Amino acid sequence: MTGTVPIIRLEDVTKIYPMPGGDVRALDHLSLDILPGEFIAIMGPSGSGKSTLLNLIGCLDVPTKGDVRVGGRSVKALADDDLTVLRRDHIGFVFQQFNLIPLLTVLENVEFPLILQRHARGGRERCEAVLRAVGLAPDLDTHRPTELSGGQQQRAAIARALVNDPEILLCDEPTGNLDSKTGDTIMALLADLNEQGKTIIVVTHDPRVAGHAGRTIRMVDGRVA
Amino acid sequence: MILLDLAKRNIRLHWLRSLLAVVGIIIGVTAISSMGMLGNSLVLSISDSLTSVGDTIVVTPHVSAAAGSFGGSTAGLRITVRQVEEIRRAAGANLVIPIHTGAERITVGNEAKTAAIYAMDPADVPALLERDSGIYLRAGSGVMVGKKLAEDEDLKVGESLGIGTGEERVRIVGILKERGIGFDINPDYALVVPDTWFTARYGERDFDQVIIKVRNLDDIDPVKAAVDDQLNRREQVVNVLDTRKVLSTIIDAFNQISTFTTAIGGISLIVAGISILNVMLMSVTERTKEIGIMRSLGAKRGEVMRIFLSEALILGLLGSAIGGILSLAGGYLAVNVMLKSTKFLFEASTLVYILYGVSFGIVVSLLSGIYPAWKAAMMNPIEALRFE
Repeated sequence: MTGTVPIIRLEDVTKIYPMPGGDVRALDHLSLDILPGEFIAIMGPSGSGKSTLLNLIGCLDVPTKGDVRVGGRSVKALADDDLTVLRRDHIGFVFQQFNLIPLLTVLENVEFPLILQRHARGGRERCEAVLRAVGLAPDLDTHRPTELSGGQQQRAAIARALVNDPEILLCDEPTGNLDSKTGDTIMALLADLNEQGKTIIVVTHDPRVAGHAGRTIRMVDGRVA
Repeated sequence: MILLDLAKRNIRLHWLRSLLAVVGIIIGVTAISSMGMLGNSLVLSISDSLTSVGDTIVVTPHVSAAAGSFGGSTAGLRITVRQVEEIRRAAGANLVIPIHTGAERITVGNEAKTAAIYAMDPADVPALLERDSGIYLRAGSGVMVGKKLAEDEDLKVGESLGIGTGEERVRIVGILKERGIGFDINPDYALVVPDTWFTARYGERDFDQVIIKVRNLDDIDPVKAAVDDQLNRREQVVNVLDTRKVLSTIIDAFNQISTFTTAIGGISLIVAGISILNVMLMSVTERTKEIGIMRSLGAKRGEVMRIFLSEALILGLLGSAIGGILSLAGGYLAVNVMLKSTKFLFEASTLVYILYGVSFGIVVSLLSGIYPAWKAAMMNPIEALRFE
């Protein structure tokens, strides 16, 4: 870390969820820097705070104490709409269950974040280019997500995450619903994207998945072990 | 816009419950528009059958003056010649027409029936009544016949009819134009005769009512006040009313009935709104995960809200448009059954109720969509994503 500005910085972050049975401290005075272009695996047992960490980095949530900086911007003072724009323009999400919108075709799913960004259609070429880049055949573009295999759906989801050209890809168990062979091809794709300069953060239980990462962060009880 | 497409596709996916919600709106809009159209046709047909003369003040004896004595009858109540003079003074330059009223047996050919008789100075007749055929009354003998009576009994100018048990022959000099129900006199089924002929036959007597025709509508209130002041100073002896006020009171009453029936139609539309609310709430709950996905991809709260509002709007527009078309048929049916005539259906003031119904339908649908859409927009994206 030779003076490079971190793309993500957590400063003494504590996240507490108020629960009926008492507060749950999901993150406990956690500090962490992630540099541009890193490929990071976050591992740890259930309840260790992996998902909370991912949600905070993904601007889906804000810390109870401390601050998160994404691309130099502090999320502490941001309103909901500003957090949303930050997600839209700088962060791509890849989920375990692919989470494609069932009412939209593959192409429209990829187009969706682009339309949210530009408020107009007309990015078809861009969407098709991204779909080709993740290795989906053109004849699948007009299919509904449910007509695709798991691996194809995850490729479409990655294309959707890439369409607004974000600096950061957040992947929550991206291979969790795939057989190991398909999982390997998806991880190869993510490694490719990392080569091209994307900062990639993967939450996983799978050591094979973590093996692709340049750095592994192990979480225990809301802290980095 | 893809947001609109999403709404449309969701409606198509859940076509049955969407259809039911649309049917609710259709029924509501049809009910409200048809009832409104019926009410307006009713008001129009009532005002059409009433004479809408607004320049008339009617002075009649006050009823409770007779009720003062036990068992007193109102029949003998009249306005005296002296009182008529007072009225003339109060009316100033405006025309004052004292009238005798009676009813008598009339015979046409071999047929006998009873008709009302109005007696007045022949010179005043043209100011009060319109002539359909023949000539106006002249002093002496001769009668004018109301239009409906003339039609019913097939009476023509120049013919004669018998009056009273003695069947005194009188000649018909003119037929009056149809006037509709009035608040002064109702000559459509009556005879109008010269006052001299009337008093010669029935004897000198006081008047049953006095009609004042004002030249300028602004005179109505001062003249009313002056008459009141002259005659009712110590106790109420006469009632003074102007036809304009009576007319507006009656029209108001029918307008209220019309509003009431329209409101009943409105209730069915509100029920339809609740069914849209229900459909939308189901839609929001089912699509919780989708909402979470959209939020994580960068959809703002306002954009999520728009998706669900457009869904409600589509349902509302569809239902209201179809309801608007159906209410033409519904209104036709209702008016035809209730009034036996669709004469007033295609008036602008009637048809505008379709517009009201359609707009109300759209507004109700949008209002019903607001809460579910707001609920969707305010969802926590993390919890929404976790929803299965």
